[in-house]
Formats: sequence, C-alpha cells, structure tokens
Amino acid sequence: MNSCRLSHLDTLEAESIYILREAAAEFSRPAMLYSVGKDSSVMLRLAEKAFYPARVPFPMLHIDTTYKFREMIEFRDRICRGLGVRLIVHTNHEAIAHGANPFRLGTGACCGLLKTRALLDALNTHRIDAAIGGARRDEEKSRAKERIFSSRDAFGQWDPKNQRPELWNLYNGRISSEQSMRVFPLSNWTELDVWQYIERDGIPVVPLYFAQEREMLVRGEQLIPFEHSMALLPGETPQKVMCRMRSLGCTYCTGAIRSHADTIAEIIKELQGFRRSERENRIIDHDQEGSMELKKREGYF
Amino acid sequence: MSAGAHTTSLLRFLTAGSVDDGKSTLIGRLLYESGGVYEDQLASVRQFTAAKNEGLDLSLITDGLRAEREQAITIDVAYRYFSTTSRKFIIADAPGHEQYTRNMVTAASTADVGVILIDARKGVLEQTRRHAYIAWLLGIRCMLVAVNKMDLVNFECRTFLAICESFKQFAGLLEGTQTHFIPMSALLGDHVVHRSASMPWYGGPSLLELLETISIEDQRTRRCFRFPVQNVIRPNQDFRGYAGAILSGSVKPGQEVVALPSMQRTRIARVFLHRKDLAEAVAPQSVLLSLSDDLDLCRGDMLADPHDTPAVSHRVLANLIWMSQSPLRIGAPYVIKHTTQTLCGSVLRIFHKLDIHSLQPVETTTLRLNEIGKVEIEVHKPMFCEPYTANRAMGNFIVVDPADNSTVAGGMILDVCPSFAESALGPVSTYGGTPADQRLKGLTVWFTGLSGAGKTTIGNAVHTELLARGIRAEMLDGDTMRKHLNSDLGFSRKDRDENIRRIGFVAHLLTRNGIVVLVSAISPYRAVRDEVRNMIHNFLEVHVNAPLDVCEGRDPKGLYKRARAGEISGFTGIDDPYEAPLAPDLRCDTDQESIKASADKVVATIVRSLSEDKQGGTAQ
Ligand SMILES: Nc1nc2c(ncn2[C@@H]2O[C@H](COP(=O)(O)OP(=O)(O)O)[C@@H](O)[C@H]2O)c(=O)[nH]1
Repeated sequence: MNSCRLSHLDTLEAESIYILREAAAEFSRPAMLYSVGKDSSVMLRLAEKAFYPARVPFPMLHIDTTYKFREMIEFRDRICRGLGVRLIVHTNHEAIAHGANPFRLGTGACCGLLKTRALLDALNTHRIDAAIGGARRDEEKSRAKERIFSSRDAFGQWDPKNQRPELWNLYNGRISSEQSMRVFPLSNWTELDVWQYIERDGIPVVPLYFAQEREMLVRGEQLIPFEHSMALLPGETPQKVMCRMRSLGCTYCTGAIRSHADTIAEIIKELQGFRRSERENRIIDHDQEGSMELKKREGYF
Repeated sequence: MSAGAHTTSLLRFLTAGSVDDGKSTLIGRLLYESGGVYEDQLASVRQFTAAKNEGLDLSLITDGLRAEREQAITIDVAYRYFSTTSRKFIIADAPGHEQYTRNMVTAASTADVGVILIDARKGVLEQTRRHAYIAWLLGIRCMLVAVNKMDLVNFECRTFLAICESFKQFAGLLEGTQTHFIPMSALLGDHVVHRSASMPWYGGPSLLELLETISIEDQRTRRCFRFPVQNVIRPNQDFRGYAGAILSGSVKPGQEVVALPSMQRTRIARVFLHRKDLAEAVAPQSVLLSLSDDLDLCRGDMLADPHDTPAVSHRVLANLIWMSQSPLRIGAPYVIKHTTQTLCGSVLRIFHKLDIHSLQPVETTTLRLNEIGKVEIEVHKPMFCEPYTANRAMGNFIVVDPADNSTVAGGMILDVCPSFAESALGPVSTYGGTPADQRLKGLTVWFTGLSGAGKTTIGNAVHTELLARGIRAEMLDGDTMRKHLNSDLGFSRKDRDENIRRIGFVAHLLTRNGIVVLVSAISPYRAVRDEVRNMIHNFLEVHVNAPLDVCEGRDPKGLYKRARAGEISGFTGIDDPYEAPLAPDLRCDTDQESIKASADKVVATIVRSLSEDKQGGTAQ
C-alpha cells in the first residue's frame, strides 16, 4: 500500500474535501461564493463529494453585477437547480440605480461598488460567518501568502502583515462576532490542475471557456466581448473573432484570448504550452502594479 | 486523457536559507526553467529590473507582497507551484529573516523534503544548522543541501567537499535523516534544472532531477489506521456515515476498528468516495465510512486499528513553538486543536527551552515569540494521540488564545504522561480563574429535551468554550449520572423524578460554589424541573428541541428502534410523555440550526448572565 497510487489530483481533492468539511463543522453560517467560473464549478463538485449522500449543507452566494454574460446566469440557475442547492443572488441595486457601470466609473471603482461592496453587504445581510471562495494561490502574487482559513476584520479587510500562522492541516476557525472568515479550499490548485480535474470528473463548465467565433471589440492586444450595449470608440466596429475566455468576470472586464481550443483536452494542451498568466487578460488587475493586493485588503476576494 | 498528466504525484518541499544565499534566485530559476513563469509576470520583472538598470533578476519572480517590495525583504511563507511531467511540486518558501522560526515551522509542517541553501563562500553557518534542526524537529527526514554560488569560488571541488563534511558532522545529530548535496550556481543555472559542464568533478543529478525522483516513503500509509471523525453525514433515517480524512494507514470494508473514546469495536461496512464504493482507501484520502453497528460517534471521536490503538490521555509532554508576541502563561486556559478535537487545556509546567544558537536546552519560566520549549500540557477531555515522531498527524496540535482567537503556538507530542493514560477520572486541575477572580454566584444551565435532540453535544461544546474563557464549569450528563450516582434508579415516574432531584441537588451544591454547571438530561416532567429550578438560585433552562421524527431518525443510541420494537418500555416520546418547557430561557432548534450556532447562543447567554451577576455583586 502506498499513497504513490494517489495522483496529484487525488491528493488535491482529498485536501479540498477536508477543508470544506472543516468549514461546515466550524462555522454557524457558512456560504460558498459561486462565481459560475471553472474554479467555482470544481469547488461545487468537491462540496457535493464532501457531503454526499447528504446535500451540500451551505448555500451558494452569487454576486451579480448585472454585467455578467447571459450564458453565465443561465448556467448558474441550471446547475444549482439540478443539485438542489440553495442559491442566494445579491446585487448592489443602489449603486446601479446611481449609475455605477464600468464605462462611467472605470473598472476599479465599478468593481469596488458592484463586487466588493456588494459582497460585504451580502455577507452582512445573510449573517454569513465564513465565505468559501475558489481563489488559488498561483493566480496572483499577493495570493501566494494567503492562508487557507483567512480571517477578516469587521470591515471585511485583510491584513497581510497580521495573518495567523497556519500549521499542518489544523485550521483555526475561531472568530469573534464582528470578524468573518474566508476559506479557500482550492489554495493549492493551479489552473492546469483545475482543467485536468474538470476533464477527469466530467464537470460541466460554461461554454464561454471553449473557442468559438464571437462578436468582439479588438483594441490593440485586447479582445473585449461586445455585450451590454458597450460604447464604441470612433470608427470601431465589432468583429467576429475565434476566441475563448480564460477566466470569467463581467463582460467588459473579461478579456478573451485568440484560441482554437474547443474541447477540454485542447484547453489543457494549450495551457501546457502557455506562457501567460490567466489574469493577464483581466482588465482590472492592470490598472496598477500590485492592484490585486490593494483590492484584497479592501475586502475583494 | 491528455498528456498522461493525471498520473503525476505530488511533492511538497520547503526552501530555507539565510538572507542573500540566493533562495529567491533559485526558486525563480526552478519556476522559470520548468515553464512555471508566465510571460506577463516576466515582463513585469523586466520592467522592474530595467528601472534598476541590471540584468534579469529572477529573484523578483518570487517577490510577493507590496509591503515586502517596499522593504525589499520577504516576511512570510509563500507557496509556489510548478510541475514537470512526473511530479507536481508545492514549494513552501520560508524567508530567513526575523520571525524565521515561525516561518520555518509553518513551511516545514506540510513539507516532505527540505532544500537547505548554503552560500559556498560562507559555508555552514549557525543559521544553516538552525534551519536544518527545525526542519528535522518538524519531521522532515530528507534534506537536499544546495551549495550555491559555486561560481564565486571558482567551481572548486575542495570547497564543496569541505562544506559537505561540516554539514554531515552536524547532521549526524539529526537522527534518521537522509542527506544529498548539490554544488550549484542558481544565478547561472548550473545544476538547478540541468547538469552543467562547469563542475566536471560532480557526477550527480541536478536539484530538479533529485526532486523528481526522490522517493519519499510515505510514512502515513505505513502506520496504523487512524480516522478522526470530521462530520456525521445523515441524509435520512436509513443511513449514517462518518466523514473524515484518513490520517494514517488504510481502510477496507470488513476491517475491524475500535471507536474512541467509547472503546466499542465494530467493522467497517462500506468505504465511499462520493458515489463510488471503494475496495480500499489510504491516507490522506477524504472518505465517508459506514459501520456495521449503530455506534453514536460525533466530531472529534476516532476510529482506529484495534490491534494498535493510540494513547488516550489528559496529559502529554510536548515541544511547543511559540508564535505570539505575548508570552506563554503557565496555567492559563488555551484552546487546543488536535485532529478534529477542540479541547481546552493549559500548560502545567515548562521543562526547558532550546537555545537557538547552541541548540542546547536551557532553563526558562516562559516561552516567547519564536522560542521552542518542552512543556507538560493537560486538557479537559482525553486526546487520542501518538508521539509526533511516530505519526506526524497524530502528534501535532495548535494552541489558540481564546482571548483574541490568535494561533499562539504549534505543538508536537513527545510522550503521553503514563500515570494519566486512560484515566477515567478526568483531569486533576480545573481550568479557569484563580479564586480571586472567581465569581460569587455560579449558574446552572439545564438542557432538557428528547433523546437525540442534541443536549449532550451542545453541552460538551459549551463546556469546552467556557473552560477556554477561564470560566470554571462542570458537566453533569444524565447518562453518566445514571451510571454512577443514580445506578439504583429505573425509569418509572418515581425513579425519573428522583434521578432529576439528585442531579439537581449536585448542581445546586456546585452552583453555590461559583461553578457553571451544565446539566444534560431528558428531564421530561415539568413539575420536577420546576422543583429543581426553585432550589437553585441562578438557573437557565435551555430547551433543546427537535421534532420527534427527527430525533427518531437520528436515533444515536438505537433506543428509539428498540422502544418501537417493544424492547424498552416507558421511553420518552414513544410511550411516555415529554412535557416541553412553557417558557424556557433559551431554545435551540437543532433541526434548524447547527450545533455551532446553538452552542454559540448558549455561551453568549451564559456570559451575559454571569456579567450581570458581577455587576450586581459590585453594586452591593
Ligand atoms: N554569483 C552568484 N550570485 C548569486 C547566486 N545565486 C544568487 N546570487 C545573487 O545573490 C544575491 C541574493 O540572492 P537572492 O536570491 O535575492 O537571495 P535570498 O535572500 O536568499 O532570496 C542576488 O544578488 C543574486 O543575484 C549564484 O549562484 N552565484
């Protein structure tokens, strides 16, 4: 007998299931942040496995900025219904009524209101003491030091200098009533692991990840999906481009990449040859060097 | 299947070195040459180095947070990922700076292999010995010593061999350690990923080749079966499964196991992973187990190999690594997390601490940030444990300060104190305040409700939490009381009333001595509950409530089944009435809220009630 029989995916799966079970046991009102992307899809499958044959004991929380792709919303509703999990959708209606949108405010401020603010409000409204998120440490430099159980202060803020040490697989879930916790079961997964697992387990993902001819605005290197009545630059017209999304967010902030990968196997092959990080196409991270860390400190996931 | 990538295994290693030994450069190169660095990340490194007018500085790839960049130092453990065709690697990068003990320990706790960097010009330093020692203390038995900056010593074999020799001398003290040495230039890339012609006298593998091929005999699978229950999975009346991660060993259907702490023996019925029935599962898999007998296990209990059970003890000797700014307080209550148990405990005494320079024990009265010392610890409920060197997962624990919930220490069990092994009496000392800050008034919290409603589970959780807060508390469990004080009583109305009266009387005595008494008893009849309530000056009634069909569905002790079958008569809820409290001080609807939520609620009420008393006391 030897755990050499366990592949890296088996080992990652075991760890993530363990983390999800800890979260369910250690908190009064945990919820899973379900963003509809590939990481959320993997996380949801792991949650299903962790508690099967019982149902997933916590609800899914989706922060809807109203600037998401239509396909994402359809997919979300179909999957949650199929599994019988409770879905909470939260939108910062007030900000939207006051005209918050990425075109007017710029991506940074828009994200602040429609994602960060909305998330913190949702956690308060539903008295959620632990939000389980799909962030991975390999996504971005500032995440390399993130804990698996990461405590936040009363304002949802992260203090990178004051993190609890995290030893072995013993996670300290104790928080005071004004604090909350973020739990990251996919911490040790990479983008490649995620796709390999999706392939191995046959996990459904939003079709936006697969290459297809799509209406796009081509701005220099960037491909911006033409949706939500986006304002055109002078002389600009949308073009049909063979492309796919590498990570999903709001339509305006999700850059696409030119690709012909239209199956999971093709995506994995593409990734193995890749030399670009997945967030590169995300417009938000580029505003400022170290911007993700700033966002995180303010409570962004 | 694509590229056969699914069959690669996972290896976790830590990197340690003093400042400027070239650790960041080494990791940068490993990631860069194995394709783990993306173009855009490189571009940002290029930009940064261009600004400083230097060549491409690979160390910047691994440079993380803004705060560090400003101070140009690494201050916390960072995790990096890369993979080759045969393995996926997780690097725990422990910075060699201030706080290094805390960081080293954190990084080493999950690592299988340690990569120790040495600057060829400086040789084995005090810091090198320290790093190796801590890695060894944390259970790492495979060390790869990278002698870096060989280019600065003219790639001389002599220098390399001298360093190997001096490291080996010291490493002789690190029992059971397997060591490999690699001469290297991280800057030039010699022997990091590829072999190099620069040192023809070295015929060995590059660091990456070693990492790819080294066999870390997985200790976990060779040890005896240990499975701490994480959650109880109970989707309906017909199924009860125990969810958890296998800490060590393996498990198969039909295998005999013993449940701790009850010591009941049973067999594994099935091993599940999601929809699949497994013929066998091994550590560290997370599975769901069902048993052939109906045992009532809960989170924190353990299933183990009956031929080789772990120690069951209230007292252990352990090495503690202190990680908090505020020093260890002997006798103060701390929360201890061990396997899936949360316990309250305190440090009874401290034997010595490690002098980090000489690595020799020296006398001390406390432990401060980054200090390591040997202590004796007592906990309020028995731990199921083994020495850390025998079984890492069974021998580690963390210490949390209940005052601010910070993790203040990591612990590694050295030994179980023999006189207390398997003692049924519980710990000798009581945690909680010294008499000076002891409250004048105690409190009785009476949990009433149907069998299976969750009284004892909530009561236990509340007990741990109270002790952790320094509040003296005692648990009077109906089942335990019937075994001891009330063993002469049956289940007639008269006997039931007498049972409650006696429990009430003990609760009264304890309460008037300033103790918080947690009573968990069905106590079905209103009249005698009220009688007890009138006897005790400070009393909270908690109705632990779940509908009969839910309790019957849970049937933790199989009693409902027997009652329905007519094997037991006069069973509350079936053929004997339960008179629910009319105006309980608190109600826990356990079919609607989690144990944690119920326990939190009760603790909050108790704390409020005690602080009111206190205020009342000072006003007099
Ligand atoms: N000549 C030479 N310089 C090196 C080598 N490895 C690292 N350095 C340099 O040593 C300095 C410190 O390296 P760095 O990786 O930042 O060290 P860290 O503090 O251990 O992370 C940098 O200037 C590196 O370029 C090496 O093998 N040879």
